[in-house]
Amino acid sequence: MKFSRRSGSVVARVDEVEAALLTALAGDLLELLGPAEPVGTDPLAALVGIADRPLDLPEDPALARLLPDAYPDDDAASADFRRYTEGDLRAGKRERAEAVLASLAPYPRGGRVPLDAALVDAWLGVLNDLRLVLGTRLEVTEETDFDPDADSDDPAEQALHVYAWLGAVQESLLACVVRR
Amino acid sequence: MTAPAQLDRPDVDDATTPDRPWVTIVWNDPINLMSYVTHVLMELFGYPREKAEAMMQDVHNKGRAAVSNGTREQMEIDVARLHAKGLWATLQQD
Repeated sequence: MKFSRRSGSVVARVDEVEAALLTALAGDLLELLGPAEPVGTDPLAALVGIADRPLDLPEDPALARLLPDAYPDDDAASADFRRYTEGDLRAGKRERAEAVLASLAPYPRGGRVPLDAALVDAWLGVLNDLRLVLGTRLEVTEETDFDPDADSDDPAEQALHVYAWLGAVQESLLACVVRR
Repeated sequence: MTAPAQLDRPDVDDATTPDRPWVTIVWNDPINLMSYVTHVLMELFGYPREKAEAMMQDVHNKGRAAVSNGTREQMEIDVARLHAKGLWATLQQD
């Protein structure tokens, strides 16, 4: 995938395989994030978009990495913070994934996908969320190495390949948009 | 007319002293790209590139860096914004 920038607007050149892969991954991310509705049955809490009780750190490590604790040594304060903020955090991540899906939808065979400033933000955020999920699942470290030419049937190796690809795409989009 | 009441000196608890600022900490993780962390710090806080890069290097080399300070409420907002960007952030009293 290549990005170019002309008079402020960014274009992503996406091939058919890349469009299909990113679409599938963004769909997986939506599924992992779960429904947009706030937790609980209290209609007044739901109306203002908060949970009706303090919330614990998600058990799934990948989801926990997307929705981390705010207080390192205070579970009660973290749970209370989460009660008021997790709904918005989930909703924001869902909106970005949906925006990426919508931007790719007209190009099932790939093509030149125009990205305005809001879409650039959505793409960067979704690429990052996907790397957080995959990297957590694969337990990557700063030393994790991978062979880009490895032709492997091993699913973990293939997932690592996707992880590295997402990193390269995010890096090149960043290089295209950063302020100098 | 009543005499002024004798008041005990109030106990001042260090943990709740209001003028001790809160800080937002960003922690190192093996996943986020260094260029992305710099980009987020510039975008969210308006830091110039050199400052954002120095903070990012601290996160990378020292494991953590304080990226903003202020009231507890302000730091909760900063932490929420950093979580939205996918950085691993927490707040604590300095």
